[in-house]
Parts: sequence; structure tokens; C-alpha cells
Amino acid sequence: MSRAETLRGWLFASPWILGFCAFTGLPLALSLWYSFTSFDLIHKAHWVGLANYAYLLHSHTFWVSMYDTAYYSMGVVVLQLALGLSIAMLLNFRSRGSGLLRTIYYLPAVTSGVAVALLWGWLLDPTAGLIDQFLRSIGLPGPLWLGSPHWAKPAFILMSVWGIGPTIVLFIAALQGVRSELVDAARVDGATSWRVFLHIVLPAISPMMLFVLVVSVIGSFQVFIPAYVLTGGGPVHSTYFAVLRIYQLAFQYLQFGQATAMAWLMVLMLLAITGIQFALSGRWVYYAGDHRR
Amino acid sequence: MRATIAAERRALRAARPRNPARAWVHAGRILLLVVGAAGFLVPFLWMVDTALKTTAQTFHIPPVFLPHPLILSNFTKGWTVLPFSHYLVNTVFLVCVNLVGTLVSSTLVAFSFSRLRWRGRDTLFFLVLSTLMLPYVVTLVPSFIIFHWLHWVNTFLPLTVPSFFATNPFNIFLLRQYFLTIPRELDEAARLDGASSIWLLTRVIVPLSSPALGAVVIFSFTATWNDFVGPLIYLGKPALYTLALGLQQLQGYSPGGLVTPWNTLMAVALLVMLPCIVLFFLAQRQFIQGINLSGVER
Repeated sequence: MSRAETLRGWLFASPWILGFCAFTGLPLALSLWYSFTSFDLIHKAHWVGLANYAYLLHSHTFWVSMYDTAYYSMGVVVLQLALGLSIAMLLNFRSRGSGLLRTIYYLPAVTSGVAVALLWGWLLDPTAGLIDQFLRSIGLPGPLWLGSPHWAKPAFILMSVWGIGPTIVLFIAALQGVRSELVDAARVDGATSWRVFLHIVLPAISPMMLFVLVVSVIGSFQVFIPAYVLTGGGPVHSTYFAVLRIYQLAFQYLQFGQATAMAWLMVLMLLAITGIQFALSGRWVYYAGDHRR
Repeated sequence: MRATIAAERRALRAARPRNPARAWVHAGRILLLVVGAAGFLVPFLWMVDTALKTTAQTFHIPPVFLPHPLILSNFTKGWTVLPFSHYLVNTVFLVCVNLVGTLVSSTLVAFSFSRLRWRGRDTLFFLVLSTLMLPYVVTLVPSFIIFHWLHWVNTFLPLTVPSFFATNPFNIFLLRQYFLTIPRELDEAARLDGASSIWLLTRVIVPLSSPALGAVVIFSFTATWNDFVGPLIYLGKPALYTLALGLQQLQGYSPGGLVTPWNTLMAVALLVMLPCIVLFFLAQRQFIQGINLSGVER
């Protein structure tokens, strides 16, 4: 590598390098600093040590918020893995109509944000909403959904299923990588479909499952729009998700110190969860060509 | 290659069932899929249905499925009760600037990470990958403070300038992976002819990468179009509002009534969603064509 080559490489990568410093590195450093201060954007920040962290860890609201977030995340992750894989296995064929079906399952994922939140707010309306009207027509009691502390989180989890398209696409790609000679050989030896799934398909797609697991935990921990638009964190703080709490601390109460501290606590938690996932992955994720096991 | 053969073999197996039991299993699978697909489509249909109804029919129990009379006034009423045409202009502006910024910067950076050899490259690329995992919420608040210092709050700058610095690592990653599949011999031949890096990038790599660039366009378009948190934090003046912000404002705007005007809300929400849906149908085709036509296959 000559100096000219290195210079050229840095030059072409410079947009990202500058952007990383200005829009990621600097904010990260500032955020860490502010998390140890009391700051309201107007007055000068002053050092308070660990007070913000201590306050948060002793506050009931913080733990309610973390509980809501973890509950929601758990529901989303389980459904993304289970339903995503099931639908992908069903869709993993090619004949007339398969393309159309894939398009339909993916379609909701291109819409997101406020419009989707409002649509689901209407679908879940306890009196005139389609879902409760349907449930009542088959003789089931329609829950209050977003009006009930017990049903609001399940309602948001249900809503997240609508955007499962990308997960399905990822699983279809993984399933197409399963070596069919192994499947055929097992069948010739008389293996049932269930055993083929358990011992051949599942190990082969386990790296993708790990990927989906990690990505959907990180994604679902950052849920914000549905709660902001539809519930404002209620009822009774049952959808007081972490990002909503951070948003309110910063932009409604101007408690920038507490907001950044809470963001850091959330990141630490995510790091810990992701770390545990990777540590445990050695037990269940199988990498073809890796003979250490 | 192996994956495609396997897929083909499986497709043949699925298409020509060998015995009746198989045929039944296949029919069951199709049935399940069709029921599921109906479930995925119903929210869209219900949205269109509601948007065409009068208020009385919107709240009718049991639900009315065929609007009678069929009205279009929800669209016009909802669109004009707040200046949505103005919000549309703002949103289109943000989308265009972000598309240009993202395409130019991500292409340059991905080119550097995939086709140039330089010291520090792999370390920096590892950093790109780790920012993929970084939750946005940790930089959200301090970024606001920085833009506040710069007096950029209540301007479009916080929502446009970062895109010129390849701030979404996903785009870099996607383009890099694609660039890596283009044969290196093309670079060497071009270099022997004395071509510069920028010539190589613009005349060889970019023309061969339309599927990947198309994907970046779709993802940036929908991300900017649907973005809510950014506009919510940075755009405090109604004159700067985007469609997403306007839609959220419309929700609280129910003239003279306590009930949420779901029919007008659904009408406007539908209009806001439509471009993403149209783009998806258009780009899906282009995507597949792009993959078939790309030089990689030949």
C-alpha cells in the first residue's frame, strides 16, 4: 500500500469519516458528559456526578418504563422469530402466485410511522374498530386494547406483526441456502419432516435466527411512534416505553442530564443483552465449515 | 449457484406433486398463506373503506362494508383543513435532498471500502458495522443540543446535511457488499488504461450496480418520507412541517367534536402512504430486472 493509495482511500471514505466524527462520535461524547451534569439547554451545565443515574435507578417511573419496553420487546421478538420463520417456510416455494403472496406479506413494511399508527388506532378502536367488532361477532369479548393497561402492550405487539416482511425475506433467503442433498438423504433414510426440520433446517438457518434475534431486540427496544401518537405512554404508564420517557425528559421537562443518562442506561442494557445472546449463541448457532464443535 | 439449483429443485417438487397426499399438503399450504395474506391486506382495505364513508357510516355498528353514499369529500376536507399541500412540498424537498446526499456519499464511501486498498480500512469498516448496532436514541438528544448551538433548529439543515456524510451505515454496507461482487479484473483493466478512481467508479462500478443503488433509493425514500422523530424534534414551525407531522397534528384536530374523525384521518393517512406503496410496486420490478440484467450474471 503506497502513501498515494492510502490517501486516496481516506479521501473517498472522508464523507463517512467526517460524518462519523460530527454526527456520531461528538454526540456520543457529549451525551456521556451531559449524563453527569444537570443541564436545561439555557443555563450552563454543572457537574452532578452520578446523581442522574442514582435518581433514575431509584425512580419508580424508570423501572415501569423499562418493564414496558422489555415486555413489548419480548413479545415482538418471539413473534418475529416464530411467525417470520413459519411464514417464510410456507412461502418458500415457487409456482404461480408465490410472487404475489410474497409481495402482499412484504407490503405493510414499506409503510410505517404515523400513518400506520393511526390506521391501527382505528382498527383497535374499542367501539367501532374492526377488530373488536369482529371479535364480538364471533362471541368473544372485545378488549379495550389501547384503553386498557393490560391490553395496550399486546395491542402494540400485534401491530408490530404487520411489519414482519423484512424478517420473512431474510428467512426465505436463509431457507434457500439449506443444502437439499442433506434433506433428500435424510428423507431416504426415513426421517420425518419434523426431524428434518429439527436436525437439518434449523441448524442451517441458525445464524440467520441469531441475526434476526439481535436486530429485533435492538429495534423493538426503540419503539416510540405508536406510543407517542396513540397513547402518550398510558393508560396508567402501561406503554411508557424508554424512548418516549427519554423524549419527554429532554424535550418536555428540559432535563437533558437525566435524558442522556437514561439513554446510556438503555444502551448498557442492550449491550448486555446482545452480549449474552452472542455468548449463548455458541450453544445453538451452527456455522457450516466450523469444526470446533 | 447451489442455492439457485436447490431452489429450482424444490420448486419442481412443489410444482409437480408426485402423489395425492403431497397435493393436499400443498393445497393446505396455499390456503394458509391466502388466509394470512388476507389478514395482511384487510387493514389497507378497511382504511380505503373508511376513507370513503360518511361519519354516520364510519361509526355504524355493525360495520358497513360498502360505503353508501360513496364520498370523496374526506380526502379534500382532510387535505385542506391543514395545509397538506405545503407539507407535501416540504416532504418532497427533504426526500430529494436526502436521496442525492445519501446516494453520492454512500457510493463514494462504499467504493473506498470495497475497491480501494488503504491502511486503516478494515478497522474503520469495523466501526461502520458497529454503528449499525448503535441505538439512535443515544445520539438523539446530544445531536439536538449540537444543532441548537449551530442555530439549525427550525430549519431543514439537521434533516438534510447529515445525509451528505453517509450517516446511515446500512447503505454503506449494502453498497459495499454489492461492489465486492463486481469482478476485480474490470478495475485492473481500467487502471492499465490509465483510468482514475473517479472514472472507474462513475463509468464502471455505478452502471453495474443499479440493483443495489435502487435498493438504497427505496430505503432512503421510505425512511425520509416516514420519518417522524427528526421532524418532531427539529421542525417547530408549522411552515416547515412534513406530512408525517401534519398527519399527527390532524389527529388532534377534530372540529367541533369529541370523537376522532377517523374517516378524514384515514383518507389523509392513505394519501400519505400511497407514494411508498407505488414506489414499492415500481421498484420491485426494477429490482428484479436489475438483478437479471446486471453484468455480474454475464
